[in-house]
Amino acid sequence: MTVIIGLEIHCQLTTRTKLFCGCSTDYRNDPPNTHTCPTCLGLPGSLPCLNRRAVEYALRVAKALNCTVLEEAEFARKNYFYPDLPKGFQITMYDRPLAVDGYLEIEADNGTEKRIRITRVHMEEDPGRLVHVGSGDRPRYSLVDYNRSGIPLIEIVTDPDLRSPKEARRFINTMRTTLEYLVVFDGDREGGLRVDANISMEGGARVEVKNISSYKGVEKALTFEITRQRNVIRRGLSVGRETRHFLEARGVTTSARSKEEEHDYRYFPEPDLRPLRVREWCDAIVLPELPAARRVRFAEDFGVSPPHTRTLCGDLKLADFFEEVAICGDPILAATWVADILLGEIYYRDMEIARVPAGHFVELLELLKKKEITDKGGVEVLRTILDESAKGEVPETPAAIVARLNLGKAAGDAFGPVIREVVESCPAAVQDFRNGKPEALNYLVGQAMKRTRGRADPKELARMIQEAIGETGVTG
Amino acid sequence: MVSPDDVEKIANLADISLSRDRLGEFTREFNAILDYFNVLDTVREEAGEGGCEFNVMREDEITLSLPQDEVLALPRESEDGFIKAPRVME
Amino acid sequence: MKAAAPAGGDDPFNAFITRCEGKPAGKGMLAGLMVAVKDNISTRGIPTSCGSRILEGYTPPYNAHVVDLILGEGAGIAGKTNMDEFGMGSSTENSAFGPTKNPVDPSRVPGGSSGGSAAAVAAGLVPVALGSDTGGSIRCPAAFCGIVGLKPSYGRVSRYGLVAYANSLEQIGPLARTVGEVSLLMEVISRYDPRDSTMRDQPFSPRLTGDVKSLRIGVPAEFFGAGVDPAVAEKVRAAIAVMEEMGAHVIPCSMPSMAYALAAYYVTCTSEASSNLARFDGVRYGPSDDIRMPWHDAFREVRAKGFGEEVRRRILLGTFALSAGYYGKYYAKAQAARRNVRADFARIFRDVDVIAGPTMPTVAFRIGEKTDPLSMYLSDILTVPANLAGIPAVSVPCGMVNGLPVGLQIMGKPFEDERVLDVAYAYEQGAGR
Repeated sequence: MTVIIGLEIHCQLTTRTKLFCGCSTDYRNDPPNTHTCPTCLGLPGSLPCLNRRAVEYALRVAKALNCTVLEEAEFARKNYFYPDLPKGFQITMYDRPLAVDGYLEIEADNGTEKRIRITRVHMEEDPGRLVHVGSGDRPRYSLVDYNRSGIPLIEIVTDPDLRSPKEARRFINTMRTTLEYLVVFDGDREGGLRVDANISMEGGARVEVKNISSYKGVEKALTFEITRQRNVIRRGLSVGRETRHFLEARGVTTSARSKEEEHDYRYFPEPDLRPLRVREWCDAIVLPELPAARRVRFAEDFGVSPPHTRTLCGDLKLADFFEEVAICGDPILAATWVADILLGEIYYRDMEIARVPAGHFVELLELLKKKEITDKGGVEVLRTILDESAKGEVPETPAAIVARLNLGKAAGDAFGPVIREVVESCPAAVQDFRNGKPEALNYLVGQAMKRTRGRADPKELARMIQEAIGETGVTG
Repeated sequence: MVSPDDVEKIANLADISLSRDRLGEFTREFNAILDYFNVLDTVREEAGEGGCEFNVMREDEITLSLPQDEVLALPRESEDGFIKAPRVME
Repeated sequence: MKAAAPAGGDDPFNAFITRCEGKPAGKGMLAGLMVAVKDNISTRGIPTSCGSRILEGYTPPYNAHVVDLILGEGAGIAGKTNMDEFGMGSSTENSAFGPTKNPVDPSRVPGGSSGGSAAAVAAGLVPVALGSDTGGSIRCPAAFCGIVGLKPSYGRVSRYGLVAYANSLEQIGPLARTVGEVSLLMEVISRYDPRDSTMRDQPFSPRLTGDVKSLRIGVPAEFFGAGVDPAVAEKVRAAIAVMEEMGAHVIPCSMPSMAYALAAYYVTCTSEASSNLARFDGVRYGPSDDIRMPWHDAFREVRAKGFGEEVRRRILLGTFALSAGYYGKYYAKAQAARRNVRADFARIFRDVDVIAGPTMPTVAFRIGEKTDPLSMYLSDILTVPANLAGIPAVSVPCGMVNGLPVGLQIMGKPFEDERVLDVAYAYEQGAGR
């Protein structure tokens, strides 16, 4: 069955102040209701005043997404009542958004490049944050924090061009990376990106899924929806057009109250703000280097392989880190160690790349380049550096760690006794190897690695073990 | 012409309630006013004129927020810095 | 400049909702002056109710821009004046705090919605007051109470701190006994405020010459049509004749858009109001919701208890006008009508310098006399065009009919508030006041 998916993405812009007032946007670590003023509280008599930088950022996005900027854009009121919406309306854009008809290229399911069309890009303000007191099924009352009220959002709406949950997730990731490269968005800020998805199957009714706030959540929610809708169809029923909420913790979507669909938002132009004529402004914007261009540059200037360029450029901070450490002189080595090894280690530790000391990493790469330590030794050095950094300490230098843990690569002769010991104590494995089972060699190498505590190069050990076996056994 | 039922639907949309005994009279007054508004149907727009100002904006500079205690002095009830509101069904 | 009546004195006309103890402090252009402030203008630390129960107990944590300006020039706040709830009315009978009485005849209305401000000035309780004008709410009470009231050009005075009723139509403006005092207050309150994006940086600079030689005064036929009391019309024509004697020329003209100006006004203001008043939900200020109820029920109850009937009526009208399926019929048409009104004025102003006519079609009516909402709306017919077009308009007293004041209205081109006041000043001098 064909699956048709469209997305609506809301991203918080990284301006210093809110969209319509001068309250600071840096509210995440502060107590509730400490970043508010008459305007973002919607106090009677307050007025909005548009943040110039928010418009600049929104235009960067419109340009990067290859959109056409409208001659005149206009803010509008979306009227509905909710405790987290202090004015009883949200200032957004409706009839005349900022820009329309753009696209973003992503990797399709079959590996080719695919264009996802962008219907529109516009600006709007975030509402406050609602906390429910009482259990999920029986809430008692709500608590509201207006720190988030008025934070600038950019809304990006796609055409229904996506064809699978994986594709949707890839789209979100690509979009997220692009926004980070534009320096208008910070993916590390919790709740900074929210997604609503529209999904229909084989020409059936469109279901809207709201409240998705993580990248993984997008794939989960859509996968669940497809299963749910398939089940409905299998039972001979038709899928109803409705709005559903995604419950991240349980990985399911549930039907939202039907009141949502009856909403008549009574949009009309915001009388307190003036329209925007920003085509020329947009034309004059010079965009920073975007992910696609950076991938090309990494491939051409550094010789990095395509899979590695994708990984490295998939995160702005990671790409910056790579460039910093590529000065070690061997960018391909650096690419391997950043993309294949470091990335896994910091995910495991839930660490940000910003916490990794670049200078130490360069030193480590140099040791590896000069073959002064083995790969396994390198991993141990890296883990030590990361663990110490995570504790907030200044980590030891790679050289110091190598010395302390005695990881220096020893010359092959030193391992002679170890090799003989392994061959003597594992006769079954030796016999297996002679009988033509290559895995047996791996086992023997593993035993030798254990005894040399990673100070030996596995290829060296394999060679020496084979020699030793050849010496002691019957040929053939 | 709108019926008392229509008026009730609009009242629902606006989250305003009207007492049942006043509904009939209110609807009559409402219709008289809407009737008066019908003159707008005859409006044909003459030559459009240039509008107003555009691009009125401010710089991205932080200004002082209200202190939390001043904000919390406004509502009747607050809890741990949050403002209390009736429960919303989710 | 007369000294103000002492604070805390009698208020026999119910002009005030809140009386203040403060004395004017400091130096400046308004040093020693006590100003009455309409209760829809935010005053820090002083309860601000907009004449409504739904703001009971609300004390703003900030001042409106105009309040900061007058305090900065040494004025003091005498108190917050009574008004039609949220500015919705032309008689100050729609207040949750009881009607204000006209000091000239306490059995009659003072006009609205700035009736309290006008009464306070007319009764001599304060020398000057601030009001707001959305469809005539400064000029109407000025006319009915026999004082001077100016609605500035749209964008001349900051609306920051004015509790919004109809954002695209309203302005804060001064009321006083003489044009000179109105002009002084205007100079202070028109200073630029970047927080109001609809405001222009063009502070008022008084120019009271009293000279109307060669002034071309347009007199639209529609301002003297049916519905205007002939005695009122006669007084106003006589006032215009005074200016002719002083050298002005009268040029008859016509404004066909007057046929739908009132409808355009009421569709626009009720639509904007329906949205502006959505914030009164009892969560952040005012009488709070019953937390035991679920959201929608609590919200509905707070509004049912807190809003008077006229406010509820206008919210419903506005909600209807903006609702799906009706936007094109009402709101969009009203904006087209509005553009036509503006075009009409622009056309007339090519040949005249100012436009003159009566402020109100009648003199003050009795309290409780007008019970039909539509007939109340119709009394705004002569004042709303200036709001629709955003042009300056002043009402200056020009005589009495049956012992009740009549107002002469003078309108000018956008941002020619100085000229409008100058013409009013000339009349004031010429009429030997």
